[in-house]
Amino acid sequence: MSTQQTFMGYRRENGRVGVRNYVAILPLDDISNAACEAVANNIQGTIGLPHAYGRLQFGEDLDLHFRTMIGTGSNPNVAACVVIGIEPIWTQKVVDGIAATGKPVAGFAIEKNGDISTIAEASRKAKEFVHWATEQQREECDISDLWISTKCGESDTTSGIGSNPTVGNMYDKLIPKGICGVFGETSELTGAEHLCAKRAISPEIGEKFMKTFQAYQDDVIEAHKTTDLSDSQPTKGNIEGGLSTIEEKAFGNLEKIGKNVSFIDVLGPAEEPEKGPGLYFMDSSSAAAECVTLMAAGGFVVHAFPTGQGNIIGNPILPVVKITANPRTMRTMSEHIDVDVTGILTRELTMDQAGDKLIDMIIKTSNGRMTAAEALGHKEFVMTKLYRSA
Amino acid sequence: MAIPQLLVHDKSDNVGVVVVENLKAGDEMFCVVTEDNSDFTMVARQDVPIGHKVALADLKEGDTIVKYGEDIGRVIAPLATGDHVHVHNLKTKRW
Repeated sequence: MSTQQTFMGYRRENGRVGVRNYVAILPLDDISNAACEAVANNIQGTIGLPHAYGRLQFGEDLDLHFRTMIGTGSNPNVAACVVIGIEPIWTQKVVDGIAATGKPVAGFAIEKNGDISTIAEASRKAKEFVHWATEQQREECDISDLWISTKCGESDTTSGIGSNPTVGNMYDKLIPKGICGVFGETSELTGAEHLCAKRAISPEIGEKFMKTFQAYQDDVIEAHKTTDLSDSQPTKGNIEGGLSTIEEKAFGNLEKIGKNVSFIDVLGPAEEPEKGPGLYFMDSSSAAAECVTLMAAGGFVVHAFPTGQGNIIGNPILPVVKITANPRTMRTMSEHIDVDVTGILTRELTMDQAGDKLIDMIIKTSNGRMTAAEALGHKEFVMTKLYRSA
Repeated sequence: MAIPQLLVHDKSDNVGVVVVENLKAGDEMFCVVTEDNSDFTMVARQDVPIGHKVALADLKEGDTIVKYGEDIGRVIAPLATGDHVHVHNLKTKRW
């Protein structure tokens, strides 16, 4: 078992711990992207988070938009946040939501000001935040302060044999130590949903999971499918890697939650866990950037991402640690991989050793080591949209 | 232990996964069941890419393919032991 029990993190005002120290420049809506990117360009040490939505959304879709915005700004990897929106009321709503964490946050509305003066004013505030944020020091934190999410991508059969159970081994070791974990990918549990439901802490939570799963089947898959999902699930990359059916993919997927832990609650997309330490399921798309963005908005600070064929995704505020067991991927795309567990296939690395290797890399990443995705500039920030705007 | 060419998750599985590159038709594979570390040998009937599956038994149309000890779909074209198993002879029961 990996022996390191602490890491150096940033303890935030609300007691949560971050492993990065960003000053985020967050657009409330698509048309505020230009101002946000201008501010991020003006002030070094900030990060702009442009995205495609935020206008004329309504109902559950609007709730999810606000939850994702507020959750992203509230993530402990963000030290301080500037929010820019076209109009003041919704902008203020996001500012207030983030301010509940106690961190510095300020909002700017473009209407009646125009881009140029908004950018000037927001840049001054962003500069102030950068000075403040860079005075923050890392301190020693217990491993239980880590919130670790997982989602796999470009999976193949080596994912189910090697990289996914490596993540499972990590959860089997760290969940009992008091971390929060989350897995999701509602559609990719198809075929294994009955096994997944059995991994719930109680029959009630299992039923809650099955309701979420069934709603996805009825409202998304059944409502929109044309013939079947054979062209999307498994993906062309999955098929190239040897996965033949959604069931095969799902059983491999489920290897990520280990052998011994049960999930204690079912979260809506971008919802923050409220039942304390333990493993959670989050209702989410299986598209990598959408899913990881939702998990970041849920407050997770490190992401374990197993891949077979080599998914290259990153996230602007959540370091994404890549793990592969596929020797061809390791040979052809090694610059994208943080943890090489190809030894599982040759039987030279045990699952226990592989799990420890991942834990060591999670600690290093939490201490500040840049992941492959960070070094390569992958900042995929992709909002989930539930339906067309009004 | 020797380096395996084929890994099988569960004793009850009727397919295994090729875990080496450049496996050719006629190659004898050293196969390991990861559940209990038991091993056996068998011959691949086609070139099979890394990550792709091989049938461990003769199977007929309509039979269930078992991997992880679970049902992963149905056989849509007959399979002989050592055959490459993929979307051309295996289909989901879901859609």
